[in-house]
Amino acid sequence: MKTIKKTGIILVLVSLTLLMSLLITGHYQLNRRIIDSTDMTEDQKVAFDLSSSYMIGKTYPSKINFLEELNQSFDKANDLITGTFSVSQKKIDRLAAIFRNQQEIKYFTDSVAGLYAKQNRLTHAKIEGITEYTGWMQNRTYTDFENFKQQLTESVEKYNSSLLQSQGFAGHKIKSLKFRIFKASYLGWAESFPLTMLLLTFGLLSLGTLMYVLPKFRQGEPGIKNDNLYKNSLTARGWSGILTGILLITFYVLLYWFAYWIAEWAVLLDPLSQWITGRPADQWFFYGFVYTWSILFPGLNFLTKYRHSRLHQVRTYSVMFFQLVFAFTLPMILYVLNLPEVDLKNIWPLNYNFFFEWKIDEYLEAGTLGLFLFVWGIALIIPGVPLFTYFLGKRWYCSWVCGCGGLAETAGDPFRHLSDKRLIAWRIERILVHSVLVFAMVMTGWVLYTFFTGKNTLLGVDSFKMRQVYGFLIGAMFAGVAGVGFYPFFGSRVWCRFGCPLAAYLGMVQRFKSRFRITANGGQCMSCGNCSTYCEMGIDVRAYAQKGQNIIRSSCVGCGVCASVCPRGVLRLENKKEKGRFNKPVLLGNDGYINNRK
Amino acid sequence: MTNILIIGNGISGVTAARHIRKLSGHKITVISSETRHFYARTALMYIYMGHMKYKNTKPYENWFWKKNRINLLEDQVRFVNTDKNKVILSSGSEKSYDILIIASGSKPNKFGWPGQELEGVSGFYSYQDLQRVIKYTKGIKRAVIIGGGLIGVELAEMIHSANIPVTMLVREDRYWGDVLPMEEARLVEREIKRHHIDLRLNTELKEILPDQQGRVKAVITDQDEVIECGFVGLATGVHPNISWLKDSGIETEKGVLVDEYLKTNIDNVYAIGDCAQFHKPPSNRKAIEQLWYTGRMQAETLAQTICGNPLKYEPGMWFNSAKFFNIEYQAYGWVWSDLQQDEDNFFWEAPDGKSGLKMVFNRNDRSLKGINTFGIRMKQEVCENWIRNKISIDETIENIREAIFDPELSKNRSKQIRNAYQNENAVTEAR
Ligand SMILES: Cc1cc2nc3c(=O)[nH]c(=O)nc-3n(C[C@H](O)[C@H](O)[C@H](O)COP(=O)(O)OP(=O)(O)OC[C@H]3O[C@@H](n4cnc5c(N)ncnc54)[C@H](O)[C@@H]3O)c2cc1C
Ligand code: SF4
Repeated sequence: MKTIKKTGIILVLVSLTLLMSLLITGHYQLNRRIIDSTDMTEDQKVAFDLSSSYMIGKTYPSKINFLEELNQSFDKANDLITGTFSVSQKKIDRLAAIFRNQQEIKYFTDSVAGLYAKQNRLTHAKIEGITEYTGWMQNRTYTDFENFKQQLTESVEKYNSSLLQSQGFAGHKIKSLKFRIFKASYLGWAESFPLTMLLLTFGLLSLGTLMYVLPKFRQGEPGIKNDNLYKNSLTARGWSGILTGILLITFYVLLYWFAYWIAEWAVLLDPLSQWITGRPADQWFFYGFVYTWSILFPGLNFLTKYRHSRLHQVRTYSVMFFQLVFAFTLPMILYVLNLPEVDLKNIWPLNYNFFFEWKIDEYLEAGTLGLFLFVWGIALIIPGVPLFTYFLGKRWYCSWVCGCGGLAETAGDPFRHLSDKRLIAWRIERILVHSVLVFAMVMTGWVLYTFFTGKNTLLGVDSFKMRQVYGFLIGAMFAGVAGVGFYPFFGSRVWCRFGCPLAAYLGMVQRFKSRFRITANGGQCMSCGNCSTYCEMGIDVRAYAQKGQNIIRSSCVGCGVCASVCPRGVLRLENKKEKGRFNKPVLLGNDGYINNRK
Repeated sequence: MTNILIIGNGISGVTAARHIRKLSGHKITVISSETRHFYARTALMYIYMGHMKYKNTKPYENWFWKKNRINLLEDQVRFVNTDKNKVILSSGSEKSYDILIIASGSKPNKFGWPGQELEGVSGFYSYQDLQRVIKYTKGIKRAVIIGGGLIGVELAEMIHSANIPVTMLVREDRYWGDVLPMEEARLVEREIKRHHIDLRLNTELKEILPDQQGRVKAVITDQDEVIECGFVGLATGVHPNISWLKDSGIETEKGVLVDEYLKTNIDNVYAIGDCAQFHKPPSNRKAIEQLWYTGRMQAETLAQTICGNPLKYEPGMWFNSAKFFNIEYQAYGWVWSDLQQDEDNFFWEAPDGKSGLKMVFNRNDRSLKGINTFGIRMKQEVCENWIRNKISIDETIENIREAIFDPELSKNRSKQIRNAYQNENAVTEAR
């Protein structure tokens, strides 16, 4: 048994090393076909072809070199593009000169057309650009020529500097281009032997995990398995915990902002993605795959740990099911059916882009079924959330359905005790999580304003800017980088506790209108603190239990672990009539007091 | 404002302090020499097993004491001068008081075994004991635990979790013989053995042998068997920690003698918790109650008295709980290790032998008197109501489900229990 487990660990380490080594062992070679296959515009393609010609056919043994020259090519292409489309000072002077001798200068944009003798695509673009950027000067009266000329120059310069964004390679566009180019230029094991490599990485990883986990089903006696958690460096913020945290954070930073660094991993999954949807894999497919793996396989470990508890077994099957079917598979099926690719269990405001106009349009364009999906999404927000939460508490979502919760309960379980139980943490939690909820609501308000009016700005705030900030701060930094990256530092529910706007919404319902509570069993509590220690949400359960008081907290995700680890049978999660839910702390068990009061 | 001095920051002393603070603005000082802050002694084992850190065992955060104006003093009381209303501390300083509360807890029993002071031998009661056990059990090949009670089984579980073989010597013919009836004791013994503990019933310690460095080498049993080991854990009960009260004028016997108001022979001196001994114990109860719950209850009661609402200590129905490896135990009402004269009982055990239920009732009116549960959680409120209201065993078995407090989705065993009860009755009637 021991050897099997040890071999399992070795296999896991080997496969992980191999997986990482894919990122540094490859060669890179750019060719024209790759450039053609991207979605560059004609002009971009021309410019990039020119600027990258020296890279074509060259083999780069190092990723860093390849990236360096690729960046240079993009820079040069950008110079070319902006150079071609920009308007020279000479032309501006000529345009201004038209109005030189007027006493009262009245600028009109029609005069721009005369600037260029030749009529072609390029001159058209320039004329359009100047017209657009100087349009605001029309119908104004200028008395001073120099002043007029200066305004004109500034406006045209603005056009010139907008070219990088509009015509060149910049921002989000360049990132996705780089990802595709990296992926297509990659030459290495993952590309030459995709299936073998898939087996050697994820196959071996899965096998190793099974070898480590499965024997545990028969090992020892079923019961609480927290031995040595605080002595193991992985689960007690020791060196391996810190290392794991750093690796996770790095992974998320790469995934969100520098995906081309992990393009090889997408190559690895190409066959799988092609087989399911007929599309090549991108970083999000890879992420979805890894995420699902991380719920299924570490989930097995959780199942061994709680094999004495039906509640935890069923709950774990549930999150496994929702991740595998709802989050991973169904969206792809919807895609194949030409329907919006949505995760049907993801609820606004966790699913913060639900009301983005391109999303709504997507639903509406997909006919009756699309409309159904849209209505489904809204029905979950209301009445779904209040209704389910009234009868079951927020756990129906947070520890039975949700993907973030699912990961926390499976891969995150060994870290649950690292959550901060201090009062100060509770204070911070309440401020943060409700601020995010407000932010999500305001942002959505702006989005809907844009949807209905077609206008971008309301009260001086740009709706697109707002989503960008939300997406960066909350969607990526908080939910992703901190949400999972902080597992080994602050426990598995950092996002759920401090950041998730849906959890805040569910929590308010749970706190004020629900049948759910954790009942305390009279005076049996001996203040040992197991319940508080293993509360992933950082609730000081003991503070209530030792007073004989029921635990009703908006943040409680109802995982039920406090009740499991309690060695005295003090706690029980219950849905019961609302009456008596908030009970008073009691003097624990002295008849003298009761008799005396009567 | 009364100046209240509390000796001991265990559950009793701290509960008294908290409740006095809730009810009054008195000056409160708590003296203790064990740890700076109150921690849960009941959780010591979990620190050893790596389930928790010391920090996690503290029920209140460090700022709590200052906020509630409870002064903490880390020192040891050497002597109490009841004439001058002051205590003398180890550090040499003195503290005066208007009211003194003694809550000094217990100390592990040692029965004068040869070798009991050797390095590698320890009781298990205090934070310092824990540190010793950690040190002594590092790298050893076997541990021997003396005593078959609650602390004995905790020690066994702890050391077993470190993959160290454990031998457990129990003097009686069964585990926890002064409390558990035979069926229950057997159930627990099986659980102990399932965890590969070498459990020796009817076996006593005779002597502990040293090696050349003066460390434990082996123990000799009363059957003259030599068991080699690197650690000996003494878990043969505790006694009140009161030796330092000698010559203070406070009346003591095994513990500090108190009346039903928890008052000693001296008007402004009280004692609560493990160290208190009742002149007249409440019905059926022991004169010295060495439990978390009772210490807490006594302290709550005393706080009322001190704050102007004189209250007798009248503990409600007996309850207790423990855990033997994976089997949780709860008790409500009285189940004696041997049936009393007018008593009868019903015992149900699950087919796997890992859970069970004992119900003791009055032979004449069949009213329920006590419940022991193993591997089944029961609701205190319901059980107490049944016993208090003298509900008949037949009715309680019929409604057993109401009392079950197992986690949701657990296998519902009420039907099995009912069936077993009916079968047993059928058999009895047939006779
Ligand atoms: C391992 C273990 C597990 C247990 N599990 C359970 C359980 O599950 N359920 C249950 O009901 N009970 C349990 N108990 C018993 C329970 O812990 C005790 O009954 C309870 O802690 C007694 O509380 P107390 O406040 O009276 O005394 P203590 O907790 O002993 O506190 C007394 C304090 O006073 C200090 N002190 C003593 N003398 C002086 C002095 N002269 N000057 C200064 N300070 C002094 C001591 O150092 C100590 O810190 C357990 C005990 C142990 C050891
Ligand atoms: S785990 Fe149980 S006994 Fe321990 S503090 Fe929590 S409720 Fe009380």
